[in-house]
Amino acid sequence: MANTSTKWKEETVSIDGSELSIVRGGEGKPIVIFHGELGDPGRLGWQSDLASSRELIFVRHPGFGISPNIKWLKSIRDLAGLYAQLLRQMGLEGADVIGFSLGGWIAAEMAAANDSIFGKMVLVAPAGIKPPEGEIRDLFVDPPIKYVAASVNDVGKTPEFDNLYGGATTPEQIELLVDAQAGTANLAWQPYMFNPSLPHLLKGVNGLQTTVIWGREDAIIPLSAGTAYEAAIASAKLVVFDDCGHYPEVEQREAFVDQINSSLA
Amino acid sequence: MHISNFTERPYIGVPEDEIIMNDSFFGVSNKFMDPKIAAELHNRYFDEKLFMEEVGFDGVMLNEHHGTPFCMGSVMNVEAAILARITKKMKIALMGNPLPVADPLRLAEELAEIDMISRGRLISGWVRGAGSEQLANNINPAHNRERFNEAHDFIQQAWTKDGPWRYEGNHYHYRHVNPWAKPYDGVPECWIPGLVSPETVVWTAQQKYTYLALGTFLDASVELWNLYADNAAEAGWQAGPECFGYLQRVFVADTEEIAQEIGKAWLHGGGQSKFARPEWMFPPGYNTKAANQRLARIFMDPEHNAIMPGTDAAGGNIHVEEARRRTMETYEPLQELGQIMVGTPKTVLPRIRNIMETLRPGVFVIFQIEGPVSHEMSMRSIELLGKEVLPQMREWAKELDLPGPDEVKPGSRKLPANGIRDAVVNLSSVAAQ
Repeated sequence: MANTSTKWKEETVSIDGSELSIVRGGEGKPIVIFHGELGDPGRLGWQSDLASSRELIFVRHPGFGISPNIKWLKSIRDLAGLYAQLLRQMGLEGADVIGFSLGGWIAAEMAAANDSIFGKMVLVAPAGIKPPEGEIRDLFVDPPIKYVAASVNDVGKTPEFDNLYGGATTPEQIELLVDAQAGTANLAWQPYMFNPSLPHLLKGVNGLQTTVIWGREDAIIPLSAGTAYEAAIASAKLVVFDDCGHYPEVEQREAFVDQINSSLA
Repeated sequence: MHISNFTERPYIGVPEDEIIMNDSFFGVSNKFMDPKIAAELHNRYFDEKLFMEEVGFDGVMLNEHHGTPFCMGSVMNVEAAILARITKKMKIALMGNPLPVADPLRLAEELAEIDMISRGRLISGWVRGAGSEQLANNINPAHNRERFNEAHDFIQQAWTKDGPWRYEGNHYHYRHVNPWAKPYDGVPECWIPGLVSPETVVWTAQQKYTYLALGTFLDASVELWNLYADNAAEAGWQAGPECFGYLQRVFVADTEEIAQEIGKAWLHGGGQSKFARPEWMFPPGYNTKAANQRLARIFMDPEHNAIMPGTDAAGGNIHVEEARRRTMETYEPLQELGQIMVGTPKTVLPRIRNIMETLRPGVFVIFQIEGPVSHEMSMRSIELLGKEVLPQMREWAKELDLPGPDEVKPGSRKLPANGIRDAVVNLSSVAAQ
């Protein structure tokens, strides 16, 4: 059920001498959320839907335009290590997690290093594994707004498309997208958006209940990578949304929220 | 004064429509690159450079770009090595080697070999590389500045410190640094080419290198010169003409009519402004936060977002003729603004004099006509420059006291006794422009 009156609160958490920007809202058992390669997409309907029964904690990655850059961070695994510290510091070890795209890769790296760091894990079209078929769309050869447009299967059938990234209609909003591209370049330039060792390390994940959600028409990371994820994590289940691209949370909000409620019940 | 000659050494043979449709030279498919044509062009360009030496140029300048018909110098050190052997007197200026995309130790070796083969005629320049170079070489643009600084400092050491030694840096690691190649006579003269970045100017002054403005507008250049001179003064020294170079496009022919005709070749495919699309010129992380803000505004502009002028809003149909017409509309304004000088030696000289008087550079680089122009026409243009333009420039350089960096070492002038630096530009000339 939509809860449009959710109060979202911004705060900063100090870690290793840097300030991380966090957004929290909702009530209930916490879910930690890692955004994708284009930065925090802003507050959207699916979040309000979940916030009626869960507390959502959004972590804004350093160097993506809001949280300041941390100079020594050079890889997704570096960031995964930092976030493990962060969860301990915030008393969130064992919380559930949802990771979107690049954020899904971060969660997977954390789980590969320590499979008890999360309660349950949902990965939404995560990067991190080289797709056995097709390739991950290059974020760095187009203006970011074109990448956003390619992310959904049908712009016309995506009611909240205009709200993604605040609508990306002002120079400041576009600038945040450009900043996020730079943050992604810093961490995932090469190999582009995957870690060759990750599928091997994920074999060590034991019993972490994992749902991998994928849009069948995902034009950013092809579905074949979802199959590879399901094969890599013994306790993972792949759920495929038809007529859906890279953003099931806005393309099929209701089904997405139902799936999260079921996966993280 | 040091007078050099420069061209991009373009590949001539891609149908112009392909460049226009791509809205960029970078990214045009190399299926249009015929190595047989390229072979003839490479050799033609060497012939032209030999002729530049014959008619009296002090040097030639090369640059490097990757993945584009705009410039065939993908590995300009190869061209420089050949020039080192086939020329006798000319200096060979490399503007510049893109440090972040290179292996610094190998680069130190290559340049030292070129300097030795030429017996000390190398002028080494460094650049960050255009954004497209980062894409073509797959070098992380977010690490561009870090890599530039580290590679620069490493190469200075590789050229001066006795080996073997070990290097553990941030982006580069070498367990055995002991190059069996050293510059001929110590660290070579260095110029740093720039467009408008103040950071580059400040860094260049700090290094006591010569700053080469690549055809920047005169008023902007005045500001950059003053910024350099202020930084020099703060460090306790006086900047002089040897610290400044200026590149100017000068397209000459026997008559005004012919010059105007060949000058249009410079706008082939849309000209320099179509070097690469903004998203390729400024990939993520390549620029400062301030530059990202500028880029965001470019992306907001429907004209840019729609791929190119002459494109419909959906970025679909490219109206080639319309794009070509718009490009050609810029030809006269570019001349009026002084971005290109087109004419006979007699008509371009007063305009060159104006730059020499105003900016007082010790290095003057003439960007020679290029593009779809015949070899014969290029040779005649070089001849006219050598016989009718250079002698006059040399006389003026003496009259105006404009020594180059090979005559006065940048950083060697003392500040006046009162500690206030002397002017480095002559603004009365701007008013007369």
